[in-house]
Amino acid sequence: MTTPSADDARPASAGRAAPSGDEPLLRLVGVGKNFGPVRALTDINLDVPVGQVTALVGDNGAGKSTLIKTIAGIWQQDHGEIRWEGRPVRLHSPKDATDLGIATVYQDLALADNLDIVQNMFLGREPRRNWMLDETTMEKEAKRTLADLSVVTVRSVRQPVGSLSGGQRQAVAVARAVLRQARLVIMDEPTAALGVTQTRVVLDLIRRLKSQNIAVIVISHNLNDVQAVADRVAVLRLGQLVSVGPLAQYDAQSIVELMTTGTSGRLGAVQPGSSAQQPAGSSSEH
Amino acid sequence: MSTDVEQPPDADDTAAQIADQVAATAAPEIIASTLGEYVRIWWTRVRSGESGALPVILGLVAIVIYFQVRSSLFLSAGNLVNLIEQAAWIVMLGMAEVFVLLLGEIDLSIGFSSVIGAVFTCWLLAPPHPVAWPLAVLVGLAFPAVYGLIQGLIITWLRLPSFVVTLAGQLAGLGLLLSIVDIAAPGSGGTIRLYSNVLNDIENGAMSPVAGWIVMAAAVVLAGALMITRDSRRRAGGLAAPPASVTWLKVAAMAVAGVIVVFIGNTNRGVGLVSVRGVPWVILVVLLVLVAWSFLLGRTRFGRYVYAIGGNAEAARRAGINLRRIRVLAFTLAGLTAGVMGIIYASQLGSISSNVNGGENVLYAVAAAVIGGTSLFGGRGKMLGAVLGGLIVAVIYNGLQLLGLGAAAQNIWTAAVLLAAVAIDTVARRGSRPNA
Repeated sequence: MTTPSADDARPASAGRAAPSGDEPLLRLVGVGKNFGPVRALTDINLDVPVGQVTALVGDNGAGKSTLIKTIAGIWQQDHGEIRWEGRPVRLHSPKDATDLGIATVYQDLALADNLDIVQNMFLGREPRRNWMLDETTMEKEAKRTLADLSVVTVRSVRQPVGSLSGGQRQAVAVARAVLRQARLVIMDEPTAALGVTQTRVVLDLIRRLKSQNIAVIVISHNLNDVQAVADRVAVLRLGQLVSVGPLAQYDAQSIVELMTTGTSGRLGAVQPGSSAQQPAGSSSEH
Repeated sequence: MSTDVEQPPDADDTAAQIADQVAATAAPEIIASTLGEYVRIWWTRVRSGESGALPVILGLVAIVIYFQVRSSLFLSAGNLVNLIEQAAWIVMLGMAEVFVLLLGEIDLSIGFSSVIGAVFTCWLLAPPHPVAWPLAVLVGLAFPAVYGLIQGLIITWLRLPSFVVTLAGQLAGLGLLLSIVDIAAPGSGGTIRLYSNVLNDIENGAMSPVAGWIVMAAAVVLAGALMITRDSRRRAGGLAAPPASVTWLKVAAMAVAGVIVVFIGNTNRGVGLVSVRGVPWVILVVLLVLVAWSFLLGRTRFGRYVYAIGGNAEAARRAGINLRRIRVLAFTLAGLTAGVMGIIYASQLGSISSNVNGGENVLYAVAAAVIGGTSLFGGRGKMLGAVLGGLIVAVIYNGLQLLGLGAAAQNIWTAAVLLAAVAIDTVARRGSRPNA
């Protein structure tokens, strides 16, 4: 795991930055989303840099799903701005997000069990030659992508996905995103319902994504997983981003306190020598 | 290949256990590298009910043996050719049904839309002003295709269950059949004759013995060459492919089957001084449709999407597949294939009567597809399965007729076989599920 630099820590209430060459891959500036009178998201400021894993944590109803669905183009924000490589973008549909290179791996993975790994990875965008499916190209590229992700436990890429373990299925779903040139992969509870071994497989996979200079957002309830794989932590509570910063500034207890109360007296305590800016420990409301 | 970097997910899982687990769901040609391994994986799959065509073929052989024991006439050339002619329409309607069953849908209307199409064909060919037969056939195929298209549009646009929409289509079809036969052949007692030697010869004519051999040889050589070059190219490229010996065995089995069919067809089945020999043309029609539709399902995007939608419609939707278009196309193709069945039906009987039982026929078609391994829940099944399943249904029909038993016994037997096929398949599948 890389040591987070001091620059990574940015208070959740930081002001709007001017577009610049070194702006992160994805930046949310003051993003808000209402459902009727319900404020699902309020003034979210979040940076998602490449080559790093950003863990999105929060209790049920904290707005995690709303946030990733906004990034994935399923819902449009009511306030604020989404910036992609420094440029403001408007995501009107999931396709807009996909075209930018944002891939979301939902909990159900959206795999067809009766199709094999290759067929699932290329579903909807099969290369063709003379109107026939180009199986040779598909199989070769699928193998290469899986090898790049160090997915070695599948016996054959022609296995039906229904025969795979939970971790392997997750790997296929992620490999599909990578195959489609995703630059940001959002994973929703990737280790939920997985055993110890399978969880390890998925965490390794996330590290491989990181090493390929892909930005990763992971939603997780499991703080062990967050601590094992995340570089940055973003804590949501009641639709507000109560704290964001490098993983080193948090311990399990401070994350839980932030998730439940929105504040934590332990912040920074785990890394007393750090010169890192303190994450905003309290509400980010202006 | 990823095969040689296998890592057991759990320390206490041996490689062999994993291989067995994988074998339960993956076809042997995908993971075997030698003939021995192929046979072992294949046997694992047979035991877990995932063996594809084999149980159907074994069931067919068992039923054939039973009838041969009961009546020595069963395996005579005359009866076998008769059997093929009887099987043709069930097989064709079964293949039509596969398109929609793969989506997890059903089409109950094709039993009638098919014969209505055939009525149009007969009508256009009737004296005094018959049109050219290809045109009449085209109309006969177009009607059920459009009938399927309309039902597909209703099902996808209004999001109605296909069962109900096509049940309505079946009832409407019966009404249409009655009125159209009445209009096309007034005062004929509800029967319209097929005035076309070409079309009548589909079921009642045969290739010359020499032509039979030539067609068979050409088909086997062409298919065999395609299989062998494809597999060897895939092996050379390090892609999943069956061992060379398996490819050759398949080609050999294909050649043997071809020789047997042509040999039976070319055996004199005439009575007394009249010599009747030759392979019936209908075999060629069935073969062509089988090859075309297998190609469509196996090698094109359309086919891939049909399986994907049947397996997980939500996944297909998220992959950007236009579900509506694929579904409508599947219903249209089911109708088109049913149209071929209508022509075969007219050819077999030499006419179409308004009391064709299209409701019963379509249920036989569903039975044929399901006996042949097509899942009613979608995503699983093949065109070849429908051919084998249709053959089983026809063998039962033909065999019981030979034993002098009527419709009652035929229906009960078919019911028993259908139930057995589904039960064996389901129970074996359930047993093979890990941790079930």
